[in-house]
Amino acid sequence: MTDRKTISAAGPAPLTRRTALKGMAAAGGLMAAPGFVRYAQAQSSAPIRIGFQCHRTGIGAAYGRWYERTTAAAVKLINEAGGINGRPVEIVIEDDGTDAGRGAEVVAKFANQHKTDIVYGTLFSHVVIGSAPAAGELKIPYYVVSEGYHVASGQLNRWCLQPGITDVRAQVTSMAPWIAANAGKKVTMIYPDYAFGYDHRDYLPPALEKAGAEVVAKIAIPPTESSFTRYFPQIPSSTEVLYHVMVGPAVLTFVKELGEFYGSSGPKLFGFIDSLEAVDINSPGLEYLDGSHFWEGSPRYAQAGDSDAMKAYRAAVGIDDNGASVNDPRDISTAGHMFGCWETLYVIKQAMEASGYRGPEDRAKLVEATEAISTLAEGPEHPQGDKVFDGKIHQVFGHQYISKLEGGRLDVVHKTSIEDSRYEPEADYTAQPF
Amino acid sequence: MGFGPHLLLAVLEGLVTSAVLALTALGLSLVFGVMRVVNVAHGELFMLGAVLAWAVATAVGGSPALGFVAALVIAPLIVGAVAALAEQLVLRRVDYDPEATIVATIGLLYILQQLALTFYGADARPVPPPFNIRLALPWFGYSAYKLSIIATSTVLLLLSWLVLTHTRAGLIMRATQYDRETAQAFGIPVGRVYAAVFAIGAMLAAVAAVLIVPISQAHYLMGQDPLLLSFAVVIIGGLGSLRGTVVAALLIGISDGVISMFFSPTLAKLIATLAVAMVLVFRPQGLFGKAAR
Repeated sequence: MTDRKTISAAGPAPLTRRTALKGMAAAGGLMAAPGFVRYAQAQSSAPIRIGFQCHRTGIGAAYGRWYERTTAAAVKLINEAGGINGRPVEIVIEDDGTDAGRGAEVVAKFANQHKTDIVYGTLFSHVVIGSAPAAGELKIPYYVVSEGYHVASGQLNRWCLQPGITDVRAQVTSMAPWIAANAGKKVTMIYPDYAFGYDHRDYLPPALEKAGAEVVAKIAIPPTESSFTRYFPQIPSSTEVLYHVMVGPAVLTFVKELGEFYGSSGPKLFGFIDSLEAVDINSPGLEYLDGSHFWEGSPRYAQAGDSDAMKAYRAAVGIDDNGASVNDPRDISTAGHMFGCWETLYVIKQAMEASGYRGPEDRAKLVEATEAISTLAEGPEHPQGDKVFDGKIHQVFGHQYISKLEGGRLDVVHKTSIEDSRYEPEADYTAQPF
Repeated sequence: MGFGPHLLLAVLEGLVTSAVLALTALGLSLVFGVMRVVNVAHGELFMLGAVLAWAVATAVGGSPALGFVAALVIAPLIVGAVAALAEQLVLRRVDYDPEATIVATIGLLYILQQLALTFYGADARPVPPPFNIRLALPWFGYSAYKLSIIATSTVLLLLSWLVLTHTRAGLIMRATQYDRETAQAFGIPVGRVYAAVFAIGAMLAAVAAVLIVPISQAHYLMGQDPLLLSFAVVIIGGLGSLRGTVVAALLIGISDGVISMFFSPTLAKLIATLAVAMVLVFRPQGLFGKAAR
């Protein structure tokens, strides 16, 4: 993967003055805090500081909002249960504007200015790819919740880990057989024209071929696009399944225009929920999606067979049975991804406890302890399901859900096994020196 | 799909783009033509129009047509009031100095954008179109609403032309544009004309935004593209020229539709940018603009 495209949807530079003021206020507050000196002397009681690189603004802002809520809920539980190694956990948030350049600055700010123990929480692939070199140079562990293949591909460095959410390659590998068997054999792909989309472009076709299906056309769409009708003539008439994965605010337009273009005679649809995270599937204009199938990292709608752990997780984060905020039914969550924040924080806790983490001098030990993790059992710490962690490629593997949109809600019709999603590892981070 | 239908779809898409672009760019062009200032916040006024359209349509409820019509009336009025206020509070204080105005409107851009993020949020929200009719052509289906945008925009542009050329208000605006000092000497209240023109420019952008919002949702970052394309249109067409604005909007919109459908959207943007550069080099006053006096 040499594609390191960045997207500049946000346009002008993000709010440097506001963040600067925030930083100054935080620094001032820290100096004035009565406990400052005591913590410096007795480090064992000082909080563990986790720098949260958050998409508060920019095109990832809806994800950022829910990543923040999930993180707050998990940290609250962790602290109530005694913290990590007896120390409370403190989250320090910096906005990266969903911008790759700003992302790298934020990582440096965490390491040099906030002096956090680790950096965590990034979603958008271009931000991860842009920030990873900074994490490597500053030798600070960088736990991402991104689902891109960039971590597992070996493209990043030993300090970058993804232990809480599966990667795109694993997702498409496990779902291709289902698509070929249930949706159709001739697939046209529509994907965003940057790193995350390229993971789909590169790994779905071979997986489909293995399952006896083929990709008949690949249509890349710039992430800032706001009108899609012009792309539809490129869809071959032989297409049986339209595979769409598209992150950006324009998804409603995409679906509506697709409906207008095809009427009732179009191909079947298989989509990634990424396009519709934080979007009410009953929004006007989305009727055309009725009856289509979606990948979900974790089901948005409460399912009949939900485990107690899943119910507890949903209650703690504050989402109702429809996957919306309990405070506002119109505030739809990013349930398909945000569980990854919860699970990543518990992996960090597990690894910090296994390595007896005390402070920044133990960062390398923390990475090694994470690499040593092999299986993660389903339960309150991993409500989405059991998982297998591959320490060599720093990537976790888990179950995937395929849901059908019917009657205004998404219901799971298929759950893949962990084995379905495995592929031959292409890298070995453990061979890299720290 | 054969070449003919393919081209038809490309031209239809291009015309919709042109229709919205012409209205937005006309607002920018009017402000520059009369006031000789560049309003960098123009795109954010467009965004504000879309966001307010959502707010009005949601508040009105009931049938989508009712909400839409309410939005089409109320949103531009509020945006016009905001613009007039900004003109009074900011542009007047910097005495319409070109450089200071650019900086001030950049500030306005950020203020509007962040206010939208704070109070409206980061989500893209849809406004239901006033009617949902799909025209089934033999080769593909097309939204009747999109065609109505072209018609509405044409009517509004004709209306603007009538106002500018056949009314007293239009005469006053043209006089101010032609020579500010002489106009003032003849008793034209230039200050009030400026406030009105700034508000009207913003309202044109807001109307364009309300028209587009049923097909591309309201989002707090949606002001960037219209701003850039409006600049391109205004530069190619010639500042302050209604005819130039319409011709350039058609040129950019249709070439964008056709080139991006047959080749790639990136190429379409490249060519539009190149056209802007060429015009700046060989005909700085624009295709229909008059050379600076």
